[in-house]
Amino acid sequence: MILARAEQATRRYGDVLALDQVDLDVPAGELVGLLGPNGAGKSTLLNLLIGLRRPTGGRVLLFGGDPRDPARRRQVGVTPQETGLPGTLRVGEVVDFVGAHFPDPVPRAELLDRFGLADLARRQTGGLSGGQRRRLAVALAFVGRPRLVLLDEPTTGLDVEARRTLWDAIRDFHADGGTVLLTSHYLEEVEALAQRVVVIGQGRVLADDTVSAIRGVVDLRRVSLTTDDLPTLPHVVRVERDRDRVHLLTGDADQLVRDLVTAGVAFRDLEVRPTSLEEAFLTITADSRPADADVPTPA
Amino acid sequence: MQYALAHARYQLLEIVRTPVAVFGSAFFPAAAMLFFVVPAVGDNAVGATYATAAMVTFAVLSANVFQYGIGVAEDRAQPWDPYLRTLPVGPTPRFVGRVLAGLCLTYLSLLPVVLIAALLTEARTTVAGFALAAAAVAVVSVPFTLMGLAIGYALPSKAAIVVAQLVFFPLAVGGGLLSAPGQAPAFIETIAPFLPTRGAVELMWTAVGDFRPEPTSMVMLGVWIVALAGLAGWAYRRDEGRRFS
Repeated sequence: MILARAEQATRRYGDVLALDQVDLDVPAGELVGLLGPNGAGKSTLLNLLIGLRRPTGGRVLLFGGDPRDPARRRQVGVTPQETGLPGTLRVGEVVDFVGAHFPDPVPRAELLDRFGLADLARRQTGGLSGGQRRRLAVALAFVGRPRLVLLDEPTTGLDVEARRTLWDAIRDFHADGGTVLLTSHYLEEVEALAQRVVVIGQGRVLADDTVSAIRGVVDLRRVSLTTDDLPTLPHVVRVERDRDRVHLLTGDADQLVRDLVTAGVAFRDLEVRPTSLEEAFLTITADSRPADADVPTPA
Repeated sequence: MQYALAHARYQLLEIVRTPVAVFGSAFFPAAAMLFFVVPAVGDNAVGATYATAAMVTFAVLSANVFQYGIGVAEDRAQPWDPYLRTLPVGPTPRFVGRVLAGLCLTYLSLLPVVLIAALLTEARTTVAGFALAAAAVAVVSVPFTLMGLAIGYALPSKAAIVVAQLVFFPLAVGGGLLSAPGQAPAFIETIAPFLPTRGAVELMWTAVGDFRPEPTSMVMLGVWIVALAGLAGWAYRRDEGRRFS
């Protein structure tokens, strides 16, 4: 059964095209990572799937219906931005309040225990640390016993220990048959949790594959050198020039350097760096369309 | 309804946790009672009763315009607001809950005025008059709630604070809330019937005493309610369209 689906979903904000004919299926029981740099359209896609926004074109389905119909959201859990938690309310009160919207909420003590918040039930959320607040925000996605949770950047900015706690909670939910769609701009996070990765860049789906397949695609190195004369070399995914400085993106930096030497290229100031995920994405994106201005994501 | 009560409870908890907010809406009317009503007409039963009713209207005006105008504008700026829309209920319970909580807070802000009137002045009304006045408070809340909602949905919070203040004072003075019936300066007597505060205070006067409301004020109160409902509805839909379409 498909719990969430986008069919040719397109979303514009004025002149900005945030999502461009995106197709996505999230079947029951899967843990899908939505990976992409900031501004790629990840949050826009989640907002369409949960009914906060309407697609400009195409359509989105949640449990087979329109996500703007509240009944469709009964088995879905979403995480608020932790900066928005009502600061004067106590942790337990926030859990009770959100739980009151669902027919069979998880009891407060049980939920707080699962997310390591049991001792904080009587604390006002304004007095929590950033990590505690984030854990509470993620916990709220699970209070209604959802079958599907949508998590937007669940662990961004958390320390290692807090991240592990959350990852464990998400894994346990998935192991019990729950379905997860989470966004991240860390490949590491998606690798730790997901089996399937959907890469989004500039509003389009660039890749939809297993974690290891995506790892192979985005694991690029940047080889930079200064030279006047560069022959065409194998293993080069992309060439960027900055005056006499040349940057080569490659999947095999060792072989590329050997080839440079063998070809007798006169170069100096050789530099080999790992690429950021963002650079790797831009490379994939550049294959599918000319690189134009960054697409900002409206909040 | 159970969702609306959950929202009302949540709103009240938020308000109660910041007691100064409750204090603020109760302070002005209570201070006005102590400084103007008690010394001026405290020992005149009829005068004190009318003045108390006017101060009650004043409190209803300030409580509603400020709590909705500023409260709604501030909530709209919080990411918590879109989160609530992802929960499996529509926008109605939240709205009803907000109005219920607002009404509770309004009645709460009236307590000091009523206590001061009962203990320190000769203001008197019958049990029926008191019950009628309590009911009139709910009716009188309608236009000012709508006004607050219109401000809150139309403006960002910093602008909402200013506009609420700008609107509040002329309405209070211009509607004759600071004068006894028929005792306001001539130009205020002229414009008062065209302001919603006048119709509101005349309803209160009618409830507690031997007062007959002016037809003009009553008709204008109706006109204001319709106009403000239209304005609030427009501001709400415009905000929805901007943030959630």
